[in-house]
Amino acid sequence: MGSITLEHVNKTFGGHPVIPDVSLEIEDGEFVVFVGPSGCGKSTLLRLIAGLEDTTSGAIKLDGVDVTDKGPAHRGLAMVFQSYALYPHMTVRQNIAFPLKMANIDKAIAEQKVADAARVLNLTDYLDRKPRALSGGQRQRVAIGRAIVRQPKAFLFDEPLSNLDAALRVNMRIEITELHQQLKTTMVYVTHDQVEAMTMANRIVVLNAGRVEQFGTPLELYKSPANRFVAGFIGSPKMNFLEGAAAGKYQAEAIGVRPEHVRISRDAGEWQGKVGVAEHLGSDTFLHVHVDGVGLQTVRTGGENDYHPGEQVWLSPEPGRIYRFDRAGQALR
Amino acid sequence: MATKQSHRLARWMMAPSVFVLLIWMIVPLALTIWFAFQRYRLTNPNIKGFAGFANFEFFVTDPAFWPAIINTLLIVVGVLVITVGLGILLALMLDQPIWGQGIVRILMISPFFVMPPVAAVVWKHELMNPTWGVFAAVSRFFGQEPVNWLGNYPLLSIIVIVAWQWLPFATLILLTAMQSLSEEQKEAAEMDGANVFRRFWYIILPHLARAITVVILIQTIYLLGVYAEIQITTGGGPGFASTNLPFLIYNTGVLGGNIGAGAAGGLVAVVLANIVAIFLMRAVGRNLDA
Repeated sequence: MGSITLEHVNKTFGGHPVIPDVSLEIEDGEFVVFVGPSGCGKSTLLRLIAGLEDTTSGAIKLDGVDVTDKGPAHRGLAMVFQSYALYPHMTVRQNIAFPLKMANIDKAIAEQKVADAARVLNLTDYLDRKPRALSGGQRQRVAIGRAIVRQPKAFLFDEPLSNLDAALRVNMRIEITELHQQLKTTMVYVTHDQVEAMTMANRIVVLNAGRVEQFGTPLELYKSPANRFVAGFIGSPKMNFLEGAAAGKYQAEAIGVRPEHVRISRDAGEWQGKVGVAEHLGSDTFLHVHVDGVGLQTVRTGGENDYHPGEQVWLSPEPGRIYRFDRAGQALR
Repeated sequence: MATKQSHRLARWMMAPSVFVLLIWMIVPLALTIWFAFQRYRLTNPNIKGFAGFANFEFFVTDPAFWPAIINTLLIVVGVLVITVGLGILLALMLDQPIWGQGIVRILMISPFFVMPPVAAVVWKHELMNPTWGVFAAVSRFFGQEPVNWLGNYPLLSIIVIVAWQWLPFATLILLTAMQSLSEEQKEAAEMDGANVFRRFWYIILPHLARAITVVILIQTIYLLGVYAEIQITTGGGPGFASTNLPFLIYNTGVLGGNIGAGAAGGLVAVVLANIVAIFLMRAVGRNLDA
């Protein structure tokens, strides 16, 4: 079991509130991703759950039990750090066995658990190596191995993939997701990469300046963002925002249209503009169009098209796919 | 950049310093070897000529010889134990965020800037003197008989004085090593359920292994040659109780006026230093491999 509840959690560093007031319910077995720009407090929030930082006020509960004043060792959580934080003087075997050793678990049982973890993570051949003799992905797996042997209530991941190259990151993303499906243990995962968040999470917490902007499933966030921040943060390429007269026509302070919901035409449409840069990805083409009186807009079109820079085009939003926002940036529905 | 020409240029540029270093090393060594096989008394110019191994025999059969060897090793081991042990504790303390950290650190380092003879004078007269020393005053305050440190525990006193001088060095090296330990590693150990003592034993101490090795190796080089402190405080006595090898060499060569035997003693010291070095490299040298 591993449900995590935050009740009005506040964290203040030297008079500066990093997390003003956060309340969250993370259910047992969920994969929850904290996502937000750097400095939004997502790592601090994770460290508060881990017990590595003291909460200034509010309560943290695990399975309904208040653990706010308990040290990290007594919360029964495991954490995977950004730098992996492997112990360099120990072999892979000793690294994975370390939490068991600290829990004074019988050596034969520990041995068995290490072997099991190593098998799951494809580390059996590397058990007697030191971390420095491993590749980035292998180190990452050792860190995960060290976390799973204890059978924690929940796993905490602090940007675990940011030190890996792009190809490996995609692999590890899938491996961690598969691991979650196998273990069915609660996982809380911090990242600044919205693609990681969208692909891995059951539910996503979007954080901005220490506030929870929205908490929901990836598709909820995509389909009905609560405000302009979430709308701009979730989705790639970013949502287009239009203000002024273009928005006024829809009785809103600002409107947003995702690049995949903009139609492009040579003959007619709502906004006229000139093609700037065309990014050909093969499967898709991203056209950056300078719209008269509005600014640069991104359009996602099919992979094979012949729009060329400088061409006059017309853009129009797909009906029903327009997001409207008020002056404060809140979504109008 | 590494062309043949730049290599040759580098060689020429380095040549003067290599040459000077070589002379600096070779000439004294050659002179010592030369004198070790000569009859050479400052007190009697008529005694001269080749001596064979007589000087060596004279030096190693000196009743002070074996005590001197043992005292030399005791000083090395004693000072190393105190400085590394206390150094780790002090480094752990100084690594904590405390008020006035900068000043505390400077105060901590200051003994290292006191010259050995000055330190020895201060310890002898201000601290350890049984009549007006600070330690004696403390003893009397508690109603105890003052201890005559230098008279009754001469070797221990010297070990304490030398350890006081080297403690800052050890602390400083160990502190910098401690600061290079990643915070995440300590936190990971904390998450893994290691308490303060186990974190120290399994994470911090292994991380310090290389720094401890450096401290041991560098200090040993200097500790084999402790001289000024002995000369000023005990003069090697009482008896041979605080005579170490360098002091015995001084006694023989300068006080006894027997330059030949003193030079022979110098070579014995070189051999001893090499034995200690081999032993040390065997014991802790592997910590230096990355």
